[in-house]
Amino acid sequence: MATNILMPALSPTMEEGKLAKWLVKEGDTVKSGTILAEIETDKATMEFEAVDEGIIGKILVPEGSEGVKVNAPIAVLLEEGESADAVPAAKPDIPAAMKDIGDAVKAEANKPAVAPAPQPVAAAKAPAPQPVAAAKAPAPAEDGKRIFASPLARRIAASKGIDLASLSGSGPRGRIVKADVESAKPAAARPAAAAPAAAGGAGIPGVAPLPDARLLYPEGSYEEIPHDSMRKAIAKRLTSAKTLIPHYYLTVDCNLDALMAVREKMNAAAPKGKDKAPAYKLSVNDFIVKASAMALVKHPEVNASWTDTAILRHKNADVGVAVALDFGLITPIVFKAETKGLVQISNEIKELAARAREKKLKPSEYEGGGFSVSNLGMFGIKNFTSIINPPQSCIIAVGAGEERPIVKDGKIEVATVMTVTMSADHRVVDGSTGARFLSTLKQFIEEPASMLL
Amino acid sequence: MADANNFDVIVVGGGPGGYVCAIRAAQLGLKTAVVERDKLGGICLNWGCIPTKALLRSSEIWHLMHRLNEFGFSGENFKFDLAKIVARSRAVSKQLSDGIGFLMKKHKVTVIAGEATLAGKGKLSVTKDGKATDYAAKNIVLATGARARTLPGLEPDGKLVWTYREAMVPETFPKSLLVVGSGAIGIEFASFYRTLGAEVTVVEVLDRVLPVEDEEISALAAKAFAKQGMKLKTGTTVTELKKGADNVTATLKDKAGKTEQVTVDRVILAMGIVGNVENIGLEQAGVKVEKTHVVVGKYGETGVDGVWAIGDLAGPPWLAHKAMHEGVIVAEKIAGVKGVHPLNTTNVPGCTYCWPQVASVGLTEAKAKESGRKIKVGKFPFIGNGKAIALGEPEGLIKTVFDAETGELLGVHMIGAEVTELIQGYVVAKTGELTDKELAHTIFPHPTLSEMMHEAVLAADGAALHI
Repeated sequence: MATNILMPALSPTMEEGKLAKWLVKEGDTVKSGTILAEIETDKATMEFEAVDEGIIGKILVPEGSEGVKVNAPIAVLLEEGESADAVPAAKPDIPAAMKDIGDAVKAEANKPAVAPAPQPVAAAKAPAPQPVAAAKAPAPAEDGKRIFASPLARRIAASKGIDLASLSGSGPRGRIVKADVESAKPAAARPAAAAPAAAGGAGIPGVAPLPDARLLYPEGSYEEIPHDSMRKAIAKRLTSAKTLIPHYYLTVDCNLDALMAVREKMNAAAPKGKDKAPAYKLSVNDFIVKASAMALVKHPEVNASWTDTAILRHKNADVGVAVALDFGLITPIVFKAETKGLVQISNEIKELAARAREKKLKPSEYEGGGFSVSNLGMFGIKNFTSIINPPQSCIIAVGAGEERPIVKDGKIEVATVMTVTMSADHRVVDGSTGARFLSTLKQFIEEPASMLL
Repeated sequence: MADANNFDVIVVGGGPGGYVCAIRAAQLGLKTAVVERDKLGGICLNWGCIPTKALLRSSEIWHLMHRLNEFGFSGENFKFDLAKIVARSRAVSKQLSDGIGFLMKKHKVTVIAGEATLAGKGKLSVTKDGKATDYAAKNIVLATGARARTLPGLEPDGKLVWTYREAMVPETFPKSLLVVGSGAIGIEFASFYRTLGAEVTVVEVLDRVLPVEDEEISALAAKAFAKQGMKLKTGTTVTELKKGADNVTATLKDKAGKTEQVTVDRVILAMGIVGNVENIGLEQAGVKVEKTHVVVGKYGETGVDGVWAIGDLAGPPWLAHKAMHEGVIVAEKIAGVKGVHPLNTTNVPGCTYCWPQVASVGLTEAKAKESGRKIKVGKFPFIGNGKAIALGEPEGLIKTVFDAETGELLGVHMIGAEVTELIQGYVVAKTGELTDKELAHTIFPHPTLSEMMHEAVLAADGAALHI
């Protein structure tokens, strides 16, 4: 009897793939193990072997077809003596097949053309497709097209973090019912994984959630560290920030020679208390915070926040300073930094960081702000990019000050150079604005005395 | 084979499952026949659901006549005429059975009288008065139904020991009655005869009456029946029936092993039913039978190409509306209708028309708990409902069982006046997967008994308004 060859699932999470290439043609005799085709997922291209022997009666899905659903018939395998004419299978044009499910087609059409990366690894390597796809294909809820789902299905989907737009319904007229949501639950196979059904992407219209990573590793091969509230907050805020804010990046190198010299002089001049401890010890970062504040005063368009109806331009230069903690990170704010001297800034940061480590900061001490500084120089990091800390619009990522050869007046010299990369919210700060700000910042850092002007 | 004997679908059995299947198949353009050995409408219409409702209506009126004073009337020396009560019940059945004949004509379904046997792939032999005729059908739907279960020593004789069939058409009114089995059938007859004045003893092997219902509802029913003077013996079996000239002495044994004897005019056996799996050629055809029902897939397929089974024959729940729905599913499957959904047994309501009535759908509170879910339960008594008081029916309860996390309606259990007419509201909600929130936001008309359905939902969140 003629049988259908079905689109294989090459990984536990694969839902669809590209039929990249047929390696057999109609009429070819195949036996178990014959390579039939190359199937491409977003992660890999794999060879697809025949399981049964027979003759390729008909190729139903032409090579190069994208988005072929797992288990969709892709070819018909005939037994000896059968003719291809006897093949009963209708050509499984996938979108056409979907029509049978009625309204589900609408939901389907609203799915992003590019399948979102179903694996955290892939997402990390190629973060671009997700936000892009989401932007190109607005979610049904947003474009006014209704997703038909039972109230119970909606409620279960919401609590499990399952995006209804990613499901097709099996109820009357393609309505999504409880059974559809329950069978979509990726963690269903493993009761232990019941709590987080999806690893991310939940609730972003048009973006399918990432599957639970536990499905991809053998049980016992990892230790589970349950999320504490800070981890949850970091995950939530940064996912929102990176997904919803159109980031762009500007990088500049700063010569620290002058700053280092000033800093040395100032620290040497610090009065000593009874215990011989100096009253202050300025760090390079203290200078950067002060320079940032002064640059914000000069470029108020950077010291701003996006809202749906207006840009909020802040009147004070409130500069957040990212503080790494054993259990996460937090960004306490030096308020009105433009009005404060270096010593005050330095002492404030030390005091805020100490209280942050004890988890004793008040929300008012880390919420808001107009700008942030993140410094990984102490770890020898040369250059990196940060995720914007909303509701702020810009953050600078500061690398290590290190001796590098520079060209000055046509000669190669050695100078202490530090790379600064600014992430900016393009909705608020356009490229040239950001560039002018960064240029001012560079000037203040390279010639600290100019901050006095 | 003559074209007249060649069909797309032949349904074997003209009960509620069979005739509905035939109508739906005909609607979908299939050439359809239905084979019936007795009367169209099957047990349900001729010897079950419908004629008992007619009898129970008579007993309900009798009950109300005895409450005339309460409503401002007076009257005395009430009498009933058993023959007329039975005649009315039979007339109701006949009217409806004739109606099915009309429906068959209207939908151009051929009615074949006789007993059918599977006779090879796509073939059926129908015997009538010793003469066999061959028919061919691409699809054969078995809907032969079920009959009363009998146990050794507990066999009906049609005179002193009855099944539902004799109990439906009594010639004399028994002064005392033993009903064996307290499921829907047993309890309805017990209720009918007790209301008309018979001394009724009900024996139930399990530890409560109406054992498939929620425990709380069972207990309330037992209390109401006891108050009416019914004797309920749960956890008890009948070990012997000794027939006298015009009475029967039954030996009852309780769980502790204690025996007692009761002498009654008549015994009604209502110990469940068995599927009519015999003499239809199931074995030769390769149709799998388990216990007394045909094993089917979720769309009624038997595993033998072109042979389907529905209704009581295909297993529990043994309810006419379940059979009808399966009839529709199979007809649509045969016709190739897209998107046919299998029957969800947790959405099949059950109704018992005793007095007070009992109705339920879904999981009992105990079953819902067993399923490991966190549940919430709402209850509302009839005494808190204006319409119930106005009707003079202040006794009863509605109980809802929800999944506390998702708000899914897991089950509803009701006892009281007209609850058999109310339950459908919850069945609609359950089928449409409405949650507690949608039900809470539904506006129920005032004053109706249905307001209690709303209150029982609100009560699950401690928000009932009239209690």
